Amino acid sequence: MDKKVSVFRKEHFNAAHRLNNASWDEAKNMEVFGKCNLPHYHGHNYELIVKVTGVPDPQTGYVIDMKVLSDIIKDQVLERFDHRNLNLDVPEFKELNPTAENIAIVIYDLVRPQIKEQFDLRITLFETPRNYVEYPAS
Amino acid sequence: MVYLTRVEHFNAAHKLYNPAWTREQNDLVFGKCANENWHGHNFELFVTVKGNPNPDTGFIVDAKWLSAVIKEHIIEKLDHCNLNLDVDFMKDKMCSIENLVLGIWAELHPLMPEGVNLHCLRLVETPRIYVEYYGEL
Repeated sequence: MDKKVSVFRKEHFNAAHRLNNASWDEAKNMEVFGKCNLPHYHGHNYELIVKVTGVPDPQTGYVIDMKVLSDIIKDQVLERFDHRNLNLDVPEFKELNPTAENIAIVIYDLVRPQIKEQFDLRITLFETPRNYVEYPAS
Repeated sequence: MVYLTRVEHFNAAHKLYNPAWTREQNDLVFGKCANENWHGHNFELFVTVKGNPNPDTGFIVDAKWLSAVIKEHIIEKLDHCNLNLDVDFMKDKMCSIENLVLGIWAELHPLMPEGVNLHCLRLVETPRIYVEYYGEL
């Protein structure tokens, strides 16, 4: 039987954002999102864990070369998100609220095409040391 | 003499940008920290006071009181804010953590009661970068 192994790569990026629903008025946004809605943005040190699960290649012993995985995350995610304003600088959030949930989904969609189809991919994203999300849900 | 530390945290946006310089000069010195649309961090603030425990309470200072003072005078002003735009004591200053820790010290120092001395502020910008200030030694 093929033995599946999960490998994990941790990266981080620092970014500004705010939570706002453009179809709601100011009062409703403040009621729902509280200080996360404040107009001048705030920010976080995001910690990202990318998990790839598959059978190690018999030639290399690797599921995926960690250097390759690191480069994929750097090219696809960190280059776009690090030291950026997620609302203003990242086109994917032009119409989409940059909650941790939506950021994780966007990261998954950016990384997925770069990973072999037979491998499972899971994104864990820490917005603060106390708040984190996982996609796809386990 | 005993040292007591209270840790608080806030999440904020900022940028490093000197308006007296050109865009190119700012990019050269501050790199991606100069992004005009801001970036942000989860900041952690360690406030250390020193003193002798009060014989009646055993406290240098009531840690709950210290927390309330930090929250009212610092965290309320910084949390979920833009450090360049929203903070009165950072107005017209470069928004580095060095200047921020000096600003926080100037706010907190006068609030310490008799017999309690502010010893050190540690301000953590990322898990890998922090500053400390001990006042003018």
